[in-house]
Amino acid sequence: MGSTSAHTNEGGLGRRDLIKRSAAIGLISVPTMGFLSACASSGGDGNEKVEKGTKSEKNPLGVNEAAPLDFVLFDGGFGQQYAKDAIKIYEKNYPNAKVKFTPTQKITTVLQPRFNGGNPPDLIDNSGAEQMDMGVLVGQKQLTDLTALLDAPSLDDPKKTVRDTLRPGIVEMGQFDGAPVWVLYYAYTVYGVWYSQKLLDSLDAKYPETWDEMLAVCEKAKKKGIAGWTYAGKHPYYLPFSLYPMIGKVGGREVLDAIDNLEPKAWEHPAVKACFEAYYELQRKGYILKGTPGLDHIQSQTAWTEGKALFIPNGSWVENEAAKTMPADFDLAVSAPSGLDASDKMPFGTMWASGGEPFIVPAKAANAEGGMEQLRVMLSEASSKNFTQSVKSLSAFNGGTDGIELTPGLKSGVAALQKAGQNVVNPRLQDWYVALQKEKIGVAGIGEMMAGRATPAETIKKIQKFADEAAKDTSIKHYKHQ
Amino acid sequence: MQHGKNRFIVGFLAAPLALYALFVIWPFIQSIYYSFTDWTGLSPEFGMVGFDNYSRMLDDEIFWKSLQHSLTLAVVLPLVTVGLALFFAFMLNVGGRRRRGAAIAGVRGSSFYKIVYFFPQVLSIVIVALLFQFAYNPNSGAINSALKVVGLGSIQPDWLGDPDLALICVMAVLVWSTVGFFVVLFSAGMASIPRDFYEAALLDGANRFTTFFKITLPLLWDTVQSGWIYMGILALGAESFAVVQIMTVGPNGGGPDYSTIVMPLYVYQKAFRDGQAAYATTIGVALLLVTLAFAALVMKVGRRERLEF
Repeated sequence: MGSTSAHTNEGGLGRRDLIKRSAAIGLISVPTMGFLSACASSGGDGNEKVEKGTKSEKNPLGVNEAAPLDFVLFDGGFGQQYAKDAIKIYEKNYPNAKVKFTPTQKITTVLQPRFNGGNPPDLIDNSGAEQMDMGVLVGQKQLTDLTALLDAPSLDDPKKTVRDTLRPGIVEMGQFDGAPVWVLYYAYTVYGVWYSQKLLDSLDAKYPETWDEMLAVCEKAKKKGIAGWTYAGKHPYYLPFSLYPMIGKVGGREVLDAIDNLEPKAWEHPAVKACFEAYYELQRKGYILKGTPGLDHIQSQTAWTEGKALFIPNGSWVENEAAKTMPADFDLAVSAPSGLDASDKMPFGTMWASGGEPFIVPAKAANAEGGMEQLRVMLSEASSKNFTQSVKSLSAFNGGTDGIELTPGLKSGVAALQKAGQNVVNPRLQDWYVALQKEKIGVAGIGEMMAGRATPAETIKKIQKFADEAAKDTSIKHYKHQ
Repeated sequence: MQHGKNRFIVGFLAAPLALYALFVIWPFIQSIYYSFTDWTGLSPEFGMVGFDNYSRMLDDEIFWKSLQHSLTLAVVLPLVTVGLALFFAFMLNVGGRRRRGAAIAGVRGSSFYKIVYFFPQVLSIVIVALLFQFAYNPNSGAINSALKVVGLGSIQPDWLGDPDLALICVMAVLVWSTVGFFVVLFSAGMASIPRDFYEAALLDGANRFTTFFKITLPLLWDTVQSGWIYMGILALGAESFAVVQIMTVGPNGGGPDYSTIVMPLYVYQKAFRDGQAAYATTIGVALLLVTLAFAALVMKVGRRERLEF
């Protein structure tokens, strides 16, 4: 360790002077260089659109038969095999077309630079934790209107359009405001309360239809050392999967619509308060598996498949996701959420079901027709059956479950949908306002309440404030139920 | 020789300066520029909005929380890490009992400890975060299981699920994973302190504490100061982001109830989840200012007379 004060005045340059001068050069060179080079986000001419092919009976969208197709898929709970199988069909129909297939879990990391560069792929499954904000994509006019696909004849029956083959609600979910359809949800998810029929039978209990029955079942389980409920404590936005439809059942659809529309005082509706208090009671009476607030979705699902807890709020992907730890005789079942009592506005069976796995075709895609054609292939009966069979989930294609062996969870889901009939609710917060739903309402609101750190009244006040802030925030695009 | 020297120096520095400007300074300037726009990050189009992002930031409760947590990390982490590392390094190099005639020696097995301390350094921070995520699992994790084994089964905290504990849990992981680096750094610094200083101190009857505070620390001051700044920047930047993002509660970490949100994570959420890249760069600019202020403060406060020997 020595001295560093080397400032010699003997005619030469001292070390300090040198540093000062080089810093000065640096300072000058920065702005000059800067204005010469182009901004990162404005560069690039983007994709050159491929020429359209000729429309024919076999090619109603006019796909260029030789153009390559660029397909990026979220490789999550449903895996990638179903997409690969569909690509094989596309390549068979158009032998000159090459499909470039990129499965990834990092949707945003992979795609954000491509959107900014103006050369996005032709078809994207925009899903998973890194999902790109659909509201922003629509607002920035980055997506292709899929109406042409919906009006094209289906692959199986030229007399039916693709639109005719879809489950109710799928087309509406892809609309944001007005007629254009920006998103096509490929999976059909049943949300609700999931449980092991076997475990419930062993308690000599039936699925509870009212909250008093629910508390009674939980008490029974508690006596046997089993918790009533567990949930993804680190991701408490799983709780709404059963809580929101319960609010809808108790107070009617309008309550959920008001919440989605970010109306003032929407959360202060008595039905919301009653349902929050019902859930809070689970916590207060010790019916929630100990440690749940610190568990993530996999850990809580594992505790549940191990029989440590009776019920878990989840979506129909859980059958595939928890398959590894689920005992063979688990006898997975799903039910619509329990209501409060006979005065509820909607009957027992009211549940949340809606599209999952959003597929989009970017506006700047080179081969948008190809992207839509690939979707048309996937929406055929054969591909849909293949999907249902391999990943244990329903698809947007209506029906297509005949003649295939349904797994217990799927069978139970189909039965629950049948029982629900017209009483299917579809809260939109989670695709309209991601941050509000997941982080604010989910983690900071309901999560804290279910961990026993806030009362329902405090939570409602907090959530109402979050919702009011979101309604006022001009940096997010607002949507309304039509 | 004298003339031509300047030309030589300029020629020599031009290339690295140009690279530095292109890859370090230019991105900074770009970020500052974007913070005055409404760029979403999901399309190439944007317009200028003046100071809107800044006034929004000042009204943003979560921004203030993230700033508060980042500042906590920047103050507490260097204090704990550097303090622990100094203690360990001193014990490993100087603190042992005298034996075999050596004036100073480390504690028994010090070369082994050095490896043990350094070991977390070879693990990627992501692996470290994942490991601790399992350890903190309230149901079957190592920590609560250990508590049960020693008969403390009644104490089963939720760790990362508890807003009062989550930030502390995160800090503990960061200390664990970085302290080894500083032990090695300070060990190297101590090795360059002449032994006769210690011998003289021992002859005067100085104990370990006096030796540490009167000899080791003053002579190590430059290294400590660099280490302090380095740790502070780690705490403000990448390391804290990775640990919080992977370990804590919420869609992208940061919870429960925003109890662990830090500035780099908030930048990430705004840019890559909410499609508000311009607002994210605004928070990034705030982070830049905080980091610069931190470094300047440490330099100013830590200024000492240089010792020459």
